[in-house]
Amino acid sequence: MIRAMQRLGGRVTLITVLLGLSLSAQAAAFTLSELMGALANHAYGTAAFTETKYISILDLPVESSGELLFIPPSHLEKRTLKPKVETLVLDGEVLTVASQTQKHVLQIKDYPEVAGMIESIRATLAGDRQALERLYHLNLEGSPEGWALVLRPLDAAMGWMITRIRVEGTRDEVRTVEIQQADGDRSVMRVRQSASP
Amino acid sequence: MRQRGSVAIILWMVLLCACLWVVMRTHYTADLSAFLPATPTAEQQLLIDQLKSGITSRLILIGIAGGDQAARVRVSRALAARLRADRQFLHIANGETQSLERDRQVLLENRYLLSPAMTADRFTVEGLHGGVADSIDLLATSAGLFSKALLPRDPTGEFMQLLAAMGNGQRPPTLDGVWSSRDGQRVLLLARTRAEGADTNGQSTAVVAIRAAFAAVSAPGMRLALTGPGPFSVAARATIRHEVLSLSGLGSLIIIALLLLVYRSPMALLLGLLPVLSGAVVSIAVVNLAFGMVHGLTLGFGIALIGEAVDYSTYLLMQSERTNGATGATGTTPSASQGHWNTAFWPTIRIGVLTSVIGFASMLFSSFPGLSQLGLFAITGLTTAALVTRFVLPPLLPSGLRVRDVTAFGRRLQTGVERAGRLRLPVLVLFVAACSVLLVKHDGLWNRELSALNPVSGAEQALDMAMRADLGAPDVRYLVVVTAADREAALAASEGVAVTLARLQAAGIILGFESPATYLPSQAVQRQRQWSLPSDAELRRRFNMAIAGLPLRPDRFEPFFADVAKARSQATLTPEDLQGTSLAEGVDAMLMPSRGRWSALLPLRVAGTARLDAQAMRLALAQTGLADVYFIDLKGASDHLYEGYLHEAIALSLAGLAAILGLLFVTTRSPGRVLRIAAPLVVAVAVTVAGLVLAGQQLTILHLVGMLLVVAIGSNYALFFDQGAVEGGMSARVLASLVVAVGTTVAGFGILGFSTVPVLKAVGCTVGPGAMLALAFSAILTPRR
Repeated sequence: MIRAMQRLGGRVTLITVLLGLSLSAQAAAFTLSELMGALANHAYGTAAFTETKYISILDLPVESSGELLFIPPSHLEKRTLKPKVETLVLDGEVLTVASQTQKHVLQIKDYPEVAGMIESIRATLAGDRQALERLYHLNLEGSPEGWALVLRPLDAAMGWMITRIRVEGTRDEVRTVEIQQADGDRSVMRVRQSASP
Repeated sequence: MRQRGSVAIILWMVLLCACLWVVMRTHYTADLSAFLPATPTAEQQLLIDQLKSGITSRLILIGIAGGDQAARVRVSRALAARLRADRQFLHIANGETQSLERDRQVLLENRYLLSPAMTADRFTVEGLHGGVADSIDLLATSAGLFSKALLPRDPTGEFMQLLAAMGNGQRPPTLDGVWSSRDGQRVLLLARTRAEGADTNGQSTAVVAIRAAFAAVSAPGMRLALTGPGPFSVAARATIRHEVLSLSGLGSLIIIALLLLVYRSPMALLLGLLPVLSGAVVSIAVVNLAFGMVHGLTLGFGIALIGEAVDYSTYLLMQSERTNGATGATGTTPSASQGHWNTAFWPTIRIGVLTSVIGFASMLFSSFPGLSQLGLFAITGLTTAALVTRFVLPPLLPSGLRVRDVTAFGRRLQTGVERAGRLRLPVLVLFVAACSVLLVKHDGLWNRELSALNPVSGAEQALDMAMRADLGAPDVRYLVVVTAADREAALAASEGVAVTLARLQAAGIILGFESPATYLPSQAVQRQRQWSLPSDAELRRRFNMAIAGLPLRPDRFEPFFADVAKARSQATLTPEDLQGTSLAEGVDAMLMPSRGRWSALLPLRVAGTARLDAQAMRLALAQTGLADVYFIDLKGASDHLYEGYLHEAIALSLAGLAAILGLLFVTTRSPGRVLRIAAPLVVAVAVTVAGLVLAGQQLTILHLVGMLLVVAIGSNYALFFDQGAVEGGMSARVLASLVVAVGTTVAGFGILGFSTVPVLKAVGCTVGPGAMLALAFSAILTPRR
């Protein structure tokens, strides 16, 4: 079952990438400013997510799922429900990590590696180009109908953990976030808007 | 007569010298001792130990506000570094992770001895399967980023288990690597002192050291806030000391000015103060001899008592024919006029002194040491002052001494008293109104919490609460205390108790608990965990079976097999192995020798306002079958203690009141006169208390002391009025002396009403108005021809 999903996941990613490339050839005029503007104007609610982590020590990827909630401009919640309950809340500069037994409150700037990963999602959702460009080198591919934004860390400390983050979407919606880790492991998060207002 | 006088003077001087010698060697304190029982039960003793030297008693919370964030962070680090070098602090924490590397190493290397998940079946095929499956699930969470690197060494996730167990609960927010308040405006540090919380001198040096270190490293505009039991007791002592000095100075000045105004004779003033000063010296000496120390509060109270004791000499100087020119001129000898005072007024004063002594005697029997000290102080002081007035002062009075003639003033007073009769009905109405107020507000009349006597200001307490909330260091209210013959036994008992507590936690009764055995399991448990590890060949066999069906490849787990083999033969952990880690801090805080035995403390965490049922907790703990396991509700126990004092004090006061009425009946042999004497006092007390209640005050045990004082002091006035009624009218001089007496009393006690120390304030604002009302009501209610 899991094996099948992995294969499926891989194929979907591949298709999206191919699609993205072909689209970028068609509409080269789609600019970063346009994308950011579209994202900034998007109204948000709760979205379901499925995250697949490909870890070298495991034969099979690990899968988790839950809900994402973004309240512009700076409140992001990631509530993982399966297989273990965990809530990450990023509010402004404060990150709260709560499991069933523990709760940690952190200032994200004290944890640059973690901060970078979360900020990539939040700033993309918010359409905050400045925040993204503080941390990453940006590269946009594709058209409004299917775009891919590739983030490469500027900071060495972050680069030590993450080599690349690839965010894909359609128009003003983020569909997948793929994080490529420096040790070769990789995670892919798919987002499904449950209700678009 | 002359010879008796010389004997009295010699005796007095010898006594005074002896007492002065004792006073010079007296030990003064301002700590909790006044509020703790002198002969505690076993459970009260545990409470006292906690309050005096427990974990929370040694904690100092440090907050630094002002300046910019970068500067605050720098100061936090610099302050922590300085204090860490100071031997008087056991531990300084500011969020810096300096022992983290060492902690990590100790936890990792000893994970199979320390992990709470290491039960007997952890290393069976099923146990291993469960552990590995959990670890794989963990990879899916944000912790997976860190846990995946350890998987080949620790596939069952014992290290992560340990981190979860150790970091139980909430951690303070960290800003730029140091702890800070939630709003980011203040950096926070925690200091644990070597000195016990009850050691006010030790706490004082610690506070001074923190302030000095802060002064050395801080930037302009920064403010230091220190809270916790230590800084609070240091501040309370300073406040008590300051107020005792300043209020006594002010009170004395007012009394001296008043007496000087009335006597118009410095010599009379000096002589008039002799009984009071003698009383004070003898009282301090006697209290010190009886209790081994004198509490600051007793001294503060003593000042106020000067106001009453000075009355005796006032009566002598103002009432005596001898010091009043009128009769001196007719050629009566001094000793004859002295004799007149002795027979005319001394019996009245003697009854007044006796009623006061009986009133205070009821405090003497209190099991509340602070109260019995006050009682002893008052009895000794008043008796001494009265005896000196009667036997020492007369022979010392120079024959030519004259005080101002106050007859004219007295005559005006007499007219006033005549007219005051018209106020009888209003007083009756007032009394009924006061009684109704007390009846209506009957329920919330008494404050039953010890915190009512807390000298720490509300603002300081709020700051303490805020910093505690930010630090996740709540004031521990519930504790399980285990005592045992040695450290190992205490640890083993803690482990037994932890089983019960874990059950209560699972049932949602408590949120969690801490135990020293989390950081240092008993040797027995460590060996059990070691024995549960299988041999290498067996482990490989079981592990392969366990991970069948899990997405893992067995060939990656050589580091795990090596670690388990090492753990099987490693030496068990001792306290010495933990040196320099935060685990050692956990052990030190919760495991300590006391009275030749060892005590382990297991603080319980409960949801915000939740209360634990002590009865149910004790029952649950009894089921462990372990001896010497106690459940303590620190706040409940101290409130219970205080409530006990309060009930006892009320009962004793009522007994004292009955004894006073009995004494009055024996001396007057007339129920009517007893009623006449008692009525103004009862009305005065009722009206005063009703006034306090209407002003929003809740009564404490010290208000009760104040009421006793109103009865004791007021009885003098009532007795003089009664005497006057029997003799068919009060003389102008006696009336004037009463007004002066109430003036000095109000000056002495009333000034305490301005104190910020609740204990002193309560006495002051009861006695000040109460004494005035007692005189006024005595005048109004006295029978008229």
